[in-house]
Amino acid sequence: MDIFVQQIINGLVLGSIYALVALGYTMVYGIMGLINFAHGEVVMIGAMVALFFVKAFSGLPVVILLPLALAAAACVCMAIGFTIERIAYRPLRRAPKLAPLITAIGISIILQHLAMLIWGRNYHAFPPVIPSSAHEIFGATITSLQVFIVLIAAAMMAGLTLLIQRTRLGRAMRATSQNPAIAQLMGVNINQVISATFVIGSALAAVAGLMVTANYSIAHYYMGFMLGLKAFTAAVLGGIGNLAGAMLGGILLGIIESLGAGYIGDLTGGFLGSHYQDIFAFFVLIGVLIFRPSGLIGERVAERA
Amino acid sequence: MNTLRVSRMTLALSAALALFGCGQKEEPKAAAPAPAPAAAAPAAPAATAITVKIGHVAPLTGPQAHLGKDNENAARMAIDELNAKGLEIGGAKVTLELVPEDDQADPKQGTIVAQKLVDAKVNGVVGHLNSGTTIPASKIYFDAGIPQISGSATNPKYTQQGFATAFRVMANDVQQGKVLGEYAAKQLAGKSVAIIDDRTAYGQGLADEFEKGAKGAGAAVVTREFTNDKATDFAAILTKIKSTKADVIFYGGMDAQAGPMAKQMKSLGVKAAFLTGDGGCTPEFIKLAGDASEGQYCSLPGVPLDQMPGGKAFNDAFSAKYGQIQLYAPYVYDAVMVMVDAMKRAGSVEAAKYLPEIGKTDYQGVTAKIQFDEKGDLKGGAISLYQVKGGKWEYRETVGGGAPAAPVAAEAPKADGEKKS
Repeated sequence: MDIFVQQIINGLVLGSIYALVALGYTMVYGIMGLINFAHGEVVMIGAMVALFFVKAFSGLPVVILLPLALAAAACVCMAIGFTIERIAYRPLRRAPKLAPLITAIGISIILQHLAMLIWGRNYHAFPPVIPSSAHEIFGATITSLQVFIVLIAAAMMAGLTLLIQRTRLGRAMRATSQNPAIAQLMGVNINQVISATFVIGSALAAVAGLMVTANYSIAHYYMGFMLGLKAFTAAVLGGIGNLAGAMLGGILLGIIESLGAGYIGDLTGGFLGSHYQDIFAFFVLIGVLIFRPSGLIGERVAERA
Repeated sequence: MNTLRVSRMTLALSAALALFGCGQKEEPKAAAPAPAPAAAAPAAPAATAITVKIGHVAPLTGPQAHLGKDNENAARMAIDELNAKGLEIGGAKVTLELVPEDDQADPKQGTIVAQKLVDAKVNGVVGHLNSGTTIPASKIYFDAGIPQISGSATNPKYTQQGFATAFRVMANDVQQGKVLGEYAAKQLAGKSVAIIDDRTAYGQGLADEFEKGAKGAGAAVVTREFTNDKATDFAAILTKIKSTKADVIFYGGMDAQAGPMAKQMKSLGVKAAFLTGDGGCTPEFIKLAGDASEGQYCSLPGVPLDQMPGGKAFNDAFSAKYGQIQLYAPYVYDAVMVMVDAMKRAGSVEAAKYLPEIGKTDYQGVTAKIQFDEKGDLKGGAISLYQVKGGKWEYRETVGGGAPAAPVAAEAPKADGEKKS
């Protein structure tokens, strides 16, 4: 089928974004056993900051403007991630797991409303600074921006893997995720490691935010909610707590959603139309939790209740 | 003791009955004197000043906030103009007051806000903006007897419900869909048409009418896809449409989706003409779609503002005060004017009194000559088609109505009013 390749490519682009956001979820879960529901909102804030930065400095050439916008968004997101961890999650480190979970939802709502107060409720258009030229491969069309998105996402994932596997900080993170108490005895500063995890995750969120807003040319205060839920599903699909799982889960979920939305009309004989495209993520979530709770390549089942 | 208790109870009951009974008699008596002073006012010197509250509802937040604000500004402009000129209705000096509300384009919110306005005892309502909110709210206004004039709700059902309080100052989707369908089949030479709608009352209704119109004009509808009015990703449905190789894609919905949709059409290399109804006929569409907006089409009830007497003046005045007209501002302005005109002719600001006068309106507005039929629809509504050229909506032609229907690209309107045969 001629559109099959196109749907796969759409799914790949979507999946790269999901994968980047899912990494943030999975890292925090791996280290703290906490699902950071506020992460989707951090992506949204990154997108808004990037959009307004580009709007403010739209006179600059694209090659300078985008990295600067990215840097600005990353700084804001890292600051927010750090702050959330310090004021909301650190005091609850010894509390039963339900408390930080609810706090995370609360932070998510706070961030949404903060964004609404700062940037209003309207949809904001991303200024047309990125030249988009479509290319044909295997009968499908992809724009240079989308190619960029896939490549950068891959680069970020490779960079993160390098960080985790080859650096001291990465080793400390791996140790903390295995057993925080013993890691402390080994001389790892747990607080610093956890802060670093949040900061790195938020930086990735900023990159994902810029990608989303550049790809769809729109940003608004509520965009993080659905994106966060789906990225969380992707992380669970791959195996939460597992970096490779998050990447695999993200890409897979993007492809499933894209194919599903494209073919659902044919599959159900017109009963469910393409406006049901969001249900796939949640069917996947339910399926994974019922049949394979540890995810596709997850080994560790959460012992911390 | 028993008899004492019984007699006490009887006394209490009869006291209650008496109060009730007297209360009922009291009320009709109280109601009767109230209209009497109002009727007596014309006899008395015009010293009474009354405030007339006109409610206005539109989405002031969310993806369509720019359109809602546009509407509110137009209503405000009309009210400010009327107040500045000084208004006298039924011998009393009247000050108009705008009561703006936000329904967030959500039908549930729309009914809550409608009830709020009814409780605030407004004299009339201009709104809502979306058909999806106007239709449920119209029942609430009808039950309270409050006249409602909408400047933008085009779904036919609004006036088909048989509510005497429901009016609109623009052509409805039965006409719009038909004109669009025929335009797609004939002028755009579309042999195969794909239809997308956003599943709102407006989008779905318009798409259904378009389908009828297109099929009637000989085009084949190859697929119907759906989205919702909050979506931003259309890659999946556009890819599916690309495989059908449709010539024309019609979208029934608002500019917040139409813009990104046109942009994604270009990214995916979908080669088809893109057509929307009045929901996409805005500067915001061009902003959101960027280069992809070039050459796309839309339709709007009425005729271009500069072809109407008073249209250019309105445009200049509005743009000076509130910026570029987004979409429905001229219609809302007319709606307020029609409402106040009816009040003047009835000599009363009370809903029950001026409601019959609205049906007899014959008013030259900035959008059209406004007369209502027995259902509350605009008589002789025209539909105009536009295309994006050089980053701006350019007028193509008008169908229907009594307006000159010959395609007038840049010429001034013919002075002798030639009509197309």
